[in-house]
Amino acid sequence: MDWELLLAIFPQVVMDGLVLGFMYALIALGYTMVYGVLELINFAHSEIFMVGGFVGVEILLTMQATGWLDTFNPFVILIFIILMGMAVSGVLAVVVERVAYRPLRGAPRLIPLISAIGVSFFLQDLVRLGESLWRNAFYLTYPSFAAFNTRIEIAETIDFSVKSVIVVVASLAMLFALQFLVTRTKLGKAIRAVAEDQPTASLMGVNVNRIISLTFLIGGAMGGAAGVLFGVQYNTINPFTGFIPGIKAFTAAVLGGIGNIPGAMVGGLVLGLLEAFAASYLSLLTGGAFGAEYKDIFAFSILIVILIFRPRGLLGEVVRERT
Amino acid sequence: MLDVSDLHVFYGEIHALKGISLSVGTGEIVALLGPNGAGKTTTVKTISGLIAPRSGRIDLEGGALAGVPAHEIVYRGVAHAPEGRRIFNRLSVVENLEMGAYTRHDGRITADIERVFTLFPRLRERHTQVAGTLSGGEQQMLAIGRALMANPRLLLLDEPSMGLAPVVVEQIFDTIREVNRQGTTILLVEQNAAMALEIAHRGYVLETGTVVLTGTATDLAANTDVRRAYLGE
Repeated sequence: MDWELLLAIFPQVVMDGLVLGFMYALIALGYTMVYGVLELINFAHSEIFMVGGFVGVEILLTMQATGWLDTFNPFVILIFIILMGMAVSGVLAVVVERVAYRPLRGAPRLIPLISAIGVSFFLQDLVRLGESLWRNAFYLTYPSFAAFNTRIEIAETIDFSVKSVIVVVASLAMLFALQFLVTRTKLGKAIRAVAEDQPTASLMGVNVNRIISLTFLIGGAMGGAAGVLFGVQYNTINPFTGFIPGIKAFTAAVLGGIGNIPGAMVGGLVLGLLEAFAASYLSLLTGGAFGAEYKDIFAFSILIVILIFRPRGLLGEVVRERT
Repeated sequence: MLDVSDLHVFYGEIHALKGISLSVGTGEIVALLGPNGAGKTTTVKTISGLIAPRSGRIDLEGGALAGVPAHEIVYRGVAHAPEGRRIFNRLSVVENLEMGAYTRHDGRITADIERVFTLFPRLRERHTQVAGTLSGGEQQMLAIGRALMANPRLLLLDEPSMGLAPVVVEQIFDTIREVNRQGTTILLVEQNAAMALEIAHRGYVLETGTVVLTGTATDLAANTDVRRAYLGE
């Protein structure tokens, strides 16, 4: 076995894993926050993510057409499209809750789940229809920025692209902001109270419906940001882009302990790193018997093993039931 | 202060409250007694807005409460410590108390947390602890303290003695009396009629959704029907 090669690519693999992992973590937050408050698996969240990616590409393509892309600093443009993606996806998530979930609040658990799957298909086809009419294509490519593709050389064998660093830094900033919001602010306390006991939260003066809307807004905004970052990192986007990252982010949320915000972050990172390691090392370690295409099987096998031993997830807690 | 008249509440087809009327005067402790299923909890839940009445009036110092959602009723000065305590298990003791003060924006919240700690010194010892790890008695203290944090004019207490050891019940009832002395009007739901009548000024006895008896606490405690049904004689 070529240990030298193994070691040489290690930092690169870790960086790839972190980029992927932070992306999963950002998306996983949307699943976990909504689950924490409503015990609903919001299957439409992968489409909220996808829509964020389309907001980014639409703005960039429009700017390219008008020539503005070259007049502004790429980092300013990036921050702008992230914020726009967050705004559109956040508002979309709130609308989805109002239209598709709130009317079903008292219904059995399965009903809003079906509604979520319906919303998911609806949004995919809506975007496909819209883009087909508007651009005659629904597989769109992000205009590339030389500034983001530059590689920062750290050592002879280690270099990271600027856009990877952007993904990591932007995700970390958002994760910390969210963690601060939830654990340190009055609003965060209200979110946790609503997650635990809605009627009692309302007895405290909390407008439960408003907190639920806010939860969708925050989760949707994180998903939208992830969508833009995904587009910048991997360059292409289509109406069905959301599915695979969505499923993986949902898995990450379960792995971390669904409903648990730090858990979603940890779960995302673990999944991303496992996947990156499998993609780079599987063929090296097995002498070519298993290639990078087995990365998902490898990653998910490990997840199953983890969940067998920790069924509530890595950070899932056992909360004593109320008497 | 509180006037409830001819209140009717339905759970689906079930007629849970069949025309309840009661009143609570400023500064009073009024006890709501009766067996399981009489409608005591339904009555306080309707007052605090968790349940909307089919018909009837709930007036708090002139303002109508019937049909107003729970989260707005808190702003009118009604706090409700619900049955089964319902503290936020995953929040700390202090965070629970801060949730109680959710409607307030004044600078005296810290001082009022201190006041709760003075009423219930046990809570001070455990103030950073996650509330789910408290004992039953401590959770009840926290539930009452949390309701007090709203600075209510009217405090609704639902079964504060439920599931607690007699010594702890004594402590909690002493504190309820103390809270009342400090100026909070209280409507107290209790199955433990003996304890309730000891601290209450007046009482109502409910059976199957109607008021069957009312009077001063002394009269009710002396009433032979009450003694037979609720005081174990």
